[in-house]
Amino acid sequence: MEVTRRSLIGALALLCTTLCAGISTAQQGRDRYITVASTTSTEHSDLFAYLLPIFEAKTGIGVRVVALGTGQALDVARRGDADVVFVHDEVAEKKFVAEGHGVDRREVMYNDFVLIGPKTDPADVAGAKDVETAFAAIAAAKAPFVSRGDRSGTHAAELRTWEAAGIDIDARKNDWYRGTGSGMGAALNTAAAMDAYLLSDRGTWLAFQNRRNLAILVEGDERLFNQYGVMLVNPARHPQVKREDAQSFIDWLVSEQGQAAIADFRIDGEQAFFPNAPNGRSW
Amino acid sequence: MSDFGAAGRAAWGLITSGDPRLFEIVLLSLQVSLSAVLIASLIGLPLGATLAVSRFPGRRTLIVLTNALMGLPPVVVGLVVYLLLSRAGPLGELGLLFTPEAMVAAQSILVLPIVIALTRQAAEDAWRDYQDLLRSLGAGPLRAAATLLWDIRASLATTILAGFGRAAAEVGAVMIVGGNIDGITRVMTTAIALETSKGDLPLALGLGAVLISIVVAVNAVAYLLNEVSARRHG
Amino acid sequence: MSAVGPHPVPLLPLQLVAVSVVAGGKRILDRVTLNLDGGLRTIVLGPNGSGKSVLLRVCHGLIQPTSGHLQFNGPESLNGHRRHAMVFQRAVMLRRSALANVAYGLALAGVARARRAQLATDALERVGLAHLAHQPARVLSGGEQQRLAIARAWALRPELLLLDEPTANLDPSATQAIEVAIQAVHDAGTKIVLVTHNLGQAHRLGDEVLFMCEGRLAERAPINQFLQGPASPEAAAFLKGEMPWK
Repeated sequence: MEVTRRSLIGALALLCTTLCAGISTAQQGRDRYITVASTTSTEHSDLFAYLLPIFEAKTGIGVRVVALGTGQALDVARRGDADVVFVHDEVAEKKFVAEGHGVDRREVMYNDFVLIGPKTDPADVAGAKDVETAFAAIAAAKAPFVSRGDRSGTHAAELRTWEAAGIDIDARKNDWYRGTGSGMGAALNTAAAMDAYLLSDRGTWLAFQNRRNLAILVEGDERLFNQYGVMLVNPARHPQVKREDAQSFIDWLVSEQGQAAIADFRIDGEQAFFPNAPNGRSW
Repeated sequence: MSDFGAAGRAAWGLITSGDPRLFEIVLLSLQVSLSAVLIASLIGLPLGATLAVSRFPGRRTLIVLTNALMGLPPVVVGLVVYLLLSRAGPLGELGLLFTPEAMVAAQSILVLPIVIALTRQAAEDAWRDYQDLLRSLGAGPLRAAATLLWDIRASLATTILAGFGRAAAEVGAVMIVGGNIDGITRVMTTAIALETSKGDLPLALGLGAVLISIVVAVNAVAYLLNEVSARRHG
Repeated sequence: MSAVGPHPVPLLPLQLVAVSVVAGGKRILDRVTLNLDGGLRTIVLGPNGSGKSVLLRVCHGLIQPTSGHLQFNGPESLNGHRRHAMVFQRAVMLRRSALANVAYGLALAGVARARRAQLATDALERVGLAHLAHQPARVLSGGEQQRLAIARAWALRPELLLLDEPTANLDPSATQAIEVAIQAVHDAGTKIVLVTHNLGQAHRLGDEVLFMCEGRLAERAPINQFLQGPASPEAAAFLKGEMPWK
């Protein structure tokens, strides 16, 4: 009995040390890294999987991306839990800077939103040139529409379109309008299962594999322009921000090499993001 | 049904391909959940046994509370731990947010009530039989608790496995406090969530199959250890 | 066993003064007053519910009296080990070997690890279980487990051994083995207090009888005197019930 108990304690001690050591090495021994709060559209489209190794090879700085919706990413940054914010809601980003949480906002790239819907198209919007008209048609037909409902960049764009189309969207009153409160991928899964319309960014759509009966029905409207911006979390407000390394990342994104890498990124052969730094739109 | 077939093929492909990223994710999942179970057991086993043999005012309330906490929603625990570890929170200085350590902490909190509650019940049942003997031999409450724990170790093994199952299966807590960062805090459950939201359902299911296989393997090992012990000590 | 220096004060006699145990409104022990000396083998007899078991437990400290008090002559513990031990009706075995079960009691008594195995082996030998030392205690038969319980208690060299119906669940041959062990314990100098329903056993193992009835100590007499002609009517009724052919 004594022997068993002693060997049990020994085994436990060994297990403890192995686990602790294991967890540290799981961080790949990289002590130099920055934390970027970004959106699901950049992470889930695998853009970062393509971009970051290039940056890391060049600078030796690891980049850890926490992918959340735009609203949540900005909240995380407000709490000082990230060094860089990389999202796509210009209005919210400018507010973030005005609040003093971010500095030096730069425009990095753009793509567009697309109106996804079932191929059966009950609201008959396919091929429309005007997304606001399409939204109005969907509302009139009371066709199922899935909304992110999560203060993401996509959600913000969707709400602006409803407003511009003159439609008062209140999920409680309309049973055809379904707010899922979820990320882009989850919303797409829901829409695919419901044969519903929804607004998506092109990057996530291109990478999405559970399309079922869904297809792009409306695209190309200027109002569907989707601008991505990057900001440094204000080191004056949050002293622990890794200012230099974070600035290196931002500078690289808008540099020639970074912009070229963004342009080179393909999903199924299609370009998903279009670089447009230092400023100004190109469309 | 075709999804399940595709999932089966995806799972098999995953395992046989020897994908290093899969290995990394599996390893991290085991490290995080096993560490959490270890910590919860080191704290919970003695607490549960002591709770079983002691009598003090408020004991019954404490028992009801511990039992209830077995049902703590993982996402709530994740949120609370996030707020504690955030830079804006009280423990922000530690810089533990979005690290595996934070995940271990969150899962330990989830598993601890399970260990305490189930240990207490098993120890209380045993105490009824052992009480006379242990008190007669002069064992104080701490010594009695320790002896009880060793004697009911077969039940405790099941308790610990229940805790491990809870930890290995949850996604709410580790997603929030870990951030599902590629190569750093991505574990099996968060990887499954990710692939689901990318619409790659066969891969997600395949990962699920791998996860379940691993949990089954852990349980099998524990069961065999139990059998060996029973044969030796009765 | 730990060296004790000058002769320790003997544990016995044990004095009970008006000890009562009241629970749930019932008087389980009713103002029991008695003086237990070493030397004699004491049998506690009585009908079910008369408080025999509770009397032993109160003496052993497992139950606190509601009123009255008891007093041992000497300290109940010396250097951390208790001087009175108890064997219960159903032996509880720890999930470990027979030897380890005995060694456990020694460990609690503060005996040094190096000596435990030897002392435990000696105890097993004295009850005839040495050949089962390394078996898991739980696979032993009922009789063997009870013998092991006696060995476990005896290893601590108690001055008083209380036994609560130790052979109630055993067959005759196992019972005999237990009686042999109890006699050996007494021969080695330990005071025996035994609760039993088995009058033959009482006669074989006892010198005097404490007869309990409804929580009271109704009669106390030498064993032969009690069995042949009890003084109290309750005792007479009891014996008639137990031995209807007399």
